[in-house]
Amino acid sequence: MKKYLLKRVFYMALTLFLVATITFFLMKLMPGTPYSNQEKMSPEQIAIMNQQYGLDKPIWMQYLLYMGGMLHGDLGTSFQFSNQPVSYLISSRIGASAQLGIQAMIFGIFFGIIFGSIAAINRNTWVDTSVTVLSIIGKSVPNFVLAVLLQYYIALKLGWFPIADWDGFAYTILPTIALGVGPLAETSRFMRTGMVDVLNSDYIELAKAKGLSKFQIVYHHALRNSLIPLVTLIGPYTVALMTGSMVIENIFSIPGIGEQFVKSILTNDYPTIMGVTMLYSAGLVAVILLTDIIYGIIDPRIRLAGNGD
Amino acid sequence: MEEKMKLQPEDFQALEVTTELDAEKIAAPSLTFTQDAWRRLKKNKGAVISLFIVLIMIVLSFGSTPFVNRDTLVKSQPQYANLPSKIPGVNINGLNGKAEVGGVWVDKYAQAGVPKDKYFIFGTDYLGRSLGQRILYGTKISLIVALVATFFDLTIGVTYGIVSGWKGGRTDNVMQRIIEVISSVPSLVIVVLMLVVFKPGIGSIILAIAISSWTTMARMIRAETLQLKSQEYVLAARTLGESPTKIAWKHLVPNLSSIIIIQTMYTIPNAIFFEAFLSFIGIGISAPETSLGVLLNEGQKNFQFLPYQMWYPAIVLCVLMISFNLLGDGLRDAFDPKTRR
Repeated sequence: MKKYLLKRVFYMALTLFLVATITFFLMKLMPGTPYSNQEKMSPEQIAIMNQQYGLDKPIWMQYLLYMGGMLHGDLGTSFQFSNQPVSYLISSRIGASAQLGIQAMIFGIFFGIIFGSIAAINRNTWVDTSVTVLSIIGKSVPNFVLAVLLQYYIALKLGWFPIADWDGFAYTILPTIALGVGPLAETSRFMRTGMVDVLNSDYIELAKAKGLSKFQIVYHHALRNSLIPLVTLIGPYTVALMTGSMVIENIFSIPGIGEQFVKSILTNDYPTIMGVTMLYSAGLVAVILLTDIIYGIIDPRIRLAGNGD
Repeated sequence: MEEKMKLQPEDFQALEVTTELDAEKIAAPSLTFTQDAWRRLKKNKGAVISLFIVLIMIVLSFGSTPFVNRDTLVKSQPQYANLPSKIPGVNINGLNGKAEVGGVWVDKYAQAGVPKDKYFIFGTDYLGRSLGQRILYGTKISLIVALVATFFDLTIGVTYGIVSGWKGGRTDNVMQRIIEVISSVPSLVIVVLMLVVFKPGIGSIILAIAISSWTTMARMIRAETLQLKSQEYVLAARTLGESPTKIAWKHLVPNLSSIIIIQTMYTIPNAIFFEAFLSFIGIGISAPETSLGVLLNEGQKNFQFLPYQMWYPAIVLCVLMISFNLLGDGLRDAFDPKTRR
């Protein structure tokens, strides 16, 4: 297990190193300059600006400085907001994004489990069919369409929740729903299949024979075992939530990373793009490693199989 | 859950022995793999309807190319701006060229001085361009993106998977590590980097999706190839001195076809979503080109006053996604009956 973990951490570091390197050189390839009114500046002014941003040094030197700085958590200075370090920009915005992401994940997985289990228990009835239909719709309707509709009909027309902004729990509800419906649909489909499998297994038959109630069978025996494969979905969900947050945060004007990322792309703010890229990659790699470890802990069969590797 | 048979005493009577009984006779016609899958697919109503919707969309959007192209897209008629939809012969408020202004239904077409015989079935946008034409064009873009994503899935993904699984050993190890690195970078990041480096447009979107979409396919194909490799018929082909390319083409690909089809059906909605998503946030396709994402973005801006400008493209996009998802589920059940529950 230790050897396996070390290997995984090594590949994790390698991945991040490659992402950082490729991002850096791609950004250096880009035409244009970070200064919006370069025509009006004298060559001396440009030189001073270049010196301030460290753009006067040869590219390999900039690369080494960038990589060195990253080890200390220094991601450079934003082009868009003068003199704001990218790391400050990120750390001041990560709270909202993390809260939204975690809430959406919990919302999606929790209700997904409930809906999926209900569908599996009432297999081939109208309950099952309606859950299946709803989950197909939930999977197919893009989250940004849903977000606009929720914002208009629930927030503006009905006035149940605030329309936009980020100022307390009530503000988080609509974005959470918009972002969480995709994972919810996926979880409920996955859960249904897993639960049907488990319900057909021998030990459930035994539990029935013991005379346990339906609730006890589902809660104590079936649910736990059908939950295990769900862990593998957390990685893909993280990606979906990161992607989704870019557009949901924009629609609900939430001061998060995703909103900043879109702004940076539109304004060619390369240091911020690089910083957020690194953050997203690091986040995903960490989540994948974590879910692998959790999976090994909760399902001993995997751990045993993994030892031989 | 189990079906209970109602047995009657008559059911236990011995059958009369007749001479025609033939135990060796195969009653049902023998079906090939494809025929069998097609038979199962036909039973799935949702999948068949989806298949028809997808086919209609393909025919409509590609068939409209001579009438709706880049030239007609940029032709604006500002005097016809923001007209609601008007369908010949329909007299329902909202679909007959009337719009609600301050609580009263007003004939927008008469106000704008549109000739009597001119209809915009889906209304017009803020520059007086026919929304219907733009939706058709946008659907075509979505389908093209889907098509190209499928193409890369099939070429890069399948080839990579087969080579990796077939070669095994060190080659396999290195190839799998490469996939691991690529797939632990969020595809969003790859797409964004591509769009920042190249000019936003359909070309870079397609390239970006191509780079990030094939890894799942490659993984699944590799896993299956590893199993197929040890089958007797592959061994026989090898013993006969068949070249690896020919084995892959004649023996592996046909046996992998169900996985390939199923996985492709997962790639398509993803690709369509990605294009719409990128165009919606403004880093994908941009004017003068249009796509469903661009239309949604434009519609969202004045959703409060002209809801139809967002509803129509949204419905088309959702129908497209639902159809592909249902068709994908249907194909999975048809080609891989074991997973069906």
